[in-house]
Amino acid sequence: MSGTPDPVQDVLALEGVSVRIDGRAILDAVDLRFARGTLTALVGPNGAGKSTLLAVASGDLAPASGRVRLSGAELGDWKARTLARERSVLPQDHAVRFGFSVREVVAMGRLPHPPDPQADARIVDAALADADIAHLEGRDVQTLSGGEASRTAFARVLAQTTPVVFLDEPTAALDLQHQEAVLRIARGLADDGACVVVVLHDLNLAAGHADRIVVLHGGRIAADGSPREVLTQATIERVYAQPVLVLEHPTRGVPLIVIDDPRAAG
Amino acid sequence: MTGASGAAMRRRTGLVRRPPGGLLFVGLLALLIVVIVLSFGIGPLRIPPGDVVHVIAHKLGLADAGTLSRRDISVVWNLRVPRALLAVIVGASLAMAGAGLQGLFGNPLADPGIVGVTHGAALGAVGAIVLGATALGAWTIPVAAFLGGAATTTLIYLLARPDRGTGTATLLLVGIAIAAACSAAIGFFTYIADADDLQSLVFWQMGSLAMANWNSMLAALPAFAVGAVALRALATPLDMLALGERQAQHIGLDVKRARLMLIAVCALLVGSAVAFAGVVGFVGLVVPHFVRLLAGPGHRWLIPLSAVAGGLLIVIADTAARSLDPPSEIPLGLFSAALGAPFFLWLVLRRRGTA
Repeated sequence: MSGTPDPVQDVLALEGVSVRIDGRAILDAVDLRFARGTLTALVGPNGAGKSTLLAVASGDLAPASGRVRLSGAELGDWKARTLARERSVLPQDHAVRFGFSVREVVAMGRLPHPPDPQADARIVDAALADADIAHLEGRDVQTLSGGEASRTAFARVLAQTTPVVFLDEPTAALDLQHQEAVLRIARGLADDGACVVVVLHDLNLAAGHADRIVVLHGGRIAADGSPREVLTQATIERVYAQPVLVLEHPTRGVPLIVIDDPRAAG
Repeated sequence: MTGASGAAMRRRTGLVRRPPGGLLFVGLLALLIVVIVLSFGIGPLRIPPGDVVHVIAHKLGLADAGTLSRRDISVVWNLRVPRALLAVIVGASLAMAGAGLQGLFGNPLADPGIVGVTHGAALGAVGAIVLGATALGAWTIPVAAFLGGAATTTLIYLLARPDRGTGTATLLLVGIAIAAACSAAIGFFTYIADADDLQSLVFWQMGSLAMANWNSMLAALPAFAVGAVALRALATPLDMLALGERQAQHIGLDVKRARLMLIAVCALLVGSAVAFAGVVGFVGLVVPHFVRLLAGPGHRWLIPLSAVAGGLLIVIADTAARSLDPPSEIPLGLFSAALGAPFFLWLVLRRRGTA
């Protein structure tokens, strides 16, 4: 279940991917492979290239050089609709332009698939329940709070039922309970065989749910491995330039990162 | 204003309640037919509804002329019937184009007149008239209007793309600039035009159905039919675009292709309306807005309902335009602007927080 490359299981491969904006390298020759049945957390400081990496991997952005292969085919060769049956994306911006109902927005996740009213209704119901927005299904999406809108977009991704799932900071607008719930559902998708890639800022959420953590720093991979391998004091302090303590979670047995304050050290 | 208070209520509860689209469509269509038949009898020469129905039945070969006067038959059949049908085509085209452009730009203020598409189409038409282009015979002016509309839509799109962080303000400012540029070019053509052309140029800029006849109605019909069917076929892509271009791509929309088709279809609808009625503004703003309040934003019903409601609005406005101050006519464009401009202002002010 760790990040070791396995050509049979690898559903997504980035090879020498570089992205430059105004001559500055946002991603610098990144090689990464992602396997089915895994949840990978992409972490790193602001501007490390996490969202850019996700945009390249999901086909939103063509890299300046390098290749991205999804399920054996170059990303550029996919048709929009078949690609949407293969990968789903939760972006950071999920504003909806007109007053569709929550259920209508979630049901749009079914559009890439051939219509099947009964199965579609069942899948949409399940997605609404999983994202804990079943009670909001008749609401106008433009009247939702930030967290509710974010869970609606997450439910739309769930309704798309794809083998590859990209989530860009899915917990940004969420309260503690829903942060945990969203990652538990993402974990469940991976356990059912999906390849899930999540951009996260909260290292403890990453440690608690991911089986692999990739640390990006300045457009390069600074560390890649299991939470225990990656979340060491040395790595975190080097990448984030912030003193931390790495403890052990008392019940989960995973690394627990807390801020250290050298001034308080006696 | 039940629509507005309904919206306020909805904002409070946030709950989406909608009557079935099919029922609304049938209801509005029935209303449109009644209004059309009534409009045949209204004007400087009043004709009772019974006689109107009699004339139509007679012309369709269902009844004898009987006691009908030749004058009544001629006024109804040669003037008012084609004019009302052309009014429906023009209103439906502009309202549907408004719904389509709003979907394309992800902005409910994107009316063909406000963002400058109408002016582009008018420029195409005026240019063809003044330069005396006849390459395509009777189709020259409609085709020129379509090309002008397509060029301006593309330009506006390139300058105010919805996903480049450009908001409502950019779209409206770009629209103002393009409308001004087109107006200047139209002014130049007016300046170099000879007296014969001048008369029809005034017509382009004021908007009017006074020149409607069976020929113009039948000439406008094909572009309208193709545009209406094509835009309705783009209903699902339009729904997807409501999530933003990037997310639309994520759920399987070929955004580049959808964008090109929307530009072409909206230009076709605006171009054919402008070619036969000149610049009639605000229909594309007002009608889809009220249809959304009534039936929701789903384009599967928004487009056909906007078509029927737009037709209804222009039939009523044109009937008023030609009968309020006989024997002269109030230009239709002045009418629609007088009604639409305050509404536009209200919409802008209401959206201030989000623009």
